[in-house]
Amino acid sequence: MVSLLDIIGPVMVGPSSSHTAGACRIGLLVRGLVGGTPEKARIELHGSFARTGEGHGTDKALAGGLLGFRPDDERLRDALDIMEREGLDYQFEKTTLADDSHPNTCRLTVERAGQTTTVIGSSLGAGRIRLSEIDGYPVELTGHLPTIVLVAADQPGSVARIAGILAEKRVNLATMRLTRKERGGDAFMVIECDEPPGDIAREAIDDLDWVKWVRTLDKVGG
Amino acid sequence: MYKSLADAIRDAEASGRTLSATALALESKDQGRTVDDIRSALRRALEVMRSAVERGLEGDLRSASGLVGGDAALVAKSSAGPMSNTLFSDVLARALAVQEVNAAMGVIVAAPTAGGAGVLPAVLTGLARNRKIGDEAVIDALATAGLIGAVVAERASLSGAEGGCQAETGAAAGMAAGAATEMLGGTPSQVGHAVALTMQGLLGLVCDPLGGLVELPCVFRNATGAALALAGIEMALAGITFAIPVDEVIDVMGEIGRNMDVRYRETAGGGLAATPTGRRLAKERLVQIRTAPR
Repeated sequence: MVSLLDIIGPVMVGPSSSHTAGACRIGLLVRGLVGGTPEKARIELHGSFARTGEGHGTDKALAGGLLGFRPDDERLRDALDIMEREGLDYQFEKTTLADDSHPNTCRLTVERAGQTTTVIGSSLGAGRIRLSEIDGYPVELTGHLPTIVLVAADQPGSVARIAGILAEKRVNLATMRLTRKERGGDAFMVIECDEPPGDIAREAIDDLDWVKWVRTLDKVGG
Repeated sequence: MYKSLADAIRDAEASGRTLSATALALESKDQGRTVDDIRSALRRALEVMRSAVERGLEGDLRSASGLVGGDAALVAKSSAGPMSNTLFSDVLARALAVQEVNAAMGVIVAAPTAGGAGVLPAVLTGLARNRKIGDEAVIDALATAGLIGAVVAERASLSGAEGGCQAETGAAAGMAAGAATEMLGGTPSQVGHAVALTMQGLLGLVCDPLGGLVELPCVFRNATGAALALAGIEMALAGITFAIPVDEVIDVMGEIGRNMDVRYRETAGGGLAATPTGRRLAKERLVQIRTAPR
């Protein structure tokens, strides 16, 4: 659902809502997936991101997002310098992803505290974004709302159990999507919430022995 | 938000409200936020828009490549043109100013995108100053602009990479024309015609920036986009009705965008970017960006 404030906004550092603000938001979501600033990142740029990213500051914006800067943060201009000063190893390269990829797409492989995650994200225009793949799982993650992501063993009742925990912690669910690579394999859950779920809800989910990992992501849009 | 301007216009007319009030009520319901809360976000947007106009008019900014900057001040100070010192030249200068700030990695409001961010502030703040219109009415107009942009996002696209410049400055000009028409007392139906009359003039416009940078011609496309918005407002308020319904104009903008060769969709492979001078300048300036001290 498109919001009025997606259109009149974001307030952002120029020059491009898709190549700068959208790229920054992709970086912010990926940062959330590993729970903080990644130490290493391999950033592959596809399509228009590859062809015109440099002049739009797409590299600065993606790095800035990984560093935790929001789209209206003027430090984005200096994100590559800050990255170097902090001793972070972020490498940029051009690539060609699947033919049906959105023109503004990138693949990020990031490492933090021993965790590695690979994410495909696209910038859809007007600063709106979508992560379409996380570690091989097809997902749809927009960062429009506070979001819980988790990987769990595929077993009956898992959705109900998690929904129950969130209800108990008075977190209202907006959407919930479950994807898996194969029957009986692990399931990837993306749960968008109306309000930030908070540490207590996250810890309660993390305590379930069939949940392999869980992260809560702040909203990055709107 | 609405997926059809016809639906929004019908609801506004049925309830005797403006399109902005209609859009704000639906946004409040959709997002679970109060109308006051949404209006305060729009108020912040208006403040940032005004700051960007003022910053750009100072005239000292240069883009990363050095290709653009300083032209807003030229127009603002000029008395040489047939429209100098009028609302028209003021709106042009404001559109240039915001885009010059954007190209210099300054803070702007993407409305709907950064590449088209000059049009809406130029038309609304220029008219508000000229007609002494208070902020509350400008904030309402921003809501109407948001409604129009949301419909374009749903039915067509707001991305130059998907739909060419018609999807960015074209959509921005449609939003500005519709919003200003309401701000000047036009009916919801006149708002729809203002959008259609403006966007029809921008159909097919390609996205062909030199080196792929949001600089040239983007800065000037915002000025000409704002000029076409003024034309659309003038025609709609005069009572002109455009025979093709506004939703169909938006749909066809999307269709043209989908059929547009990839060279004309922000890839710097065609249009002005691919002219001999365009290629030469892009090459020189990109080298400059790469070698400049960060």
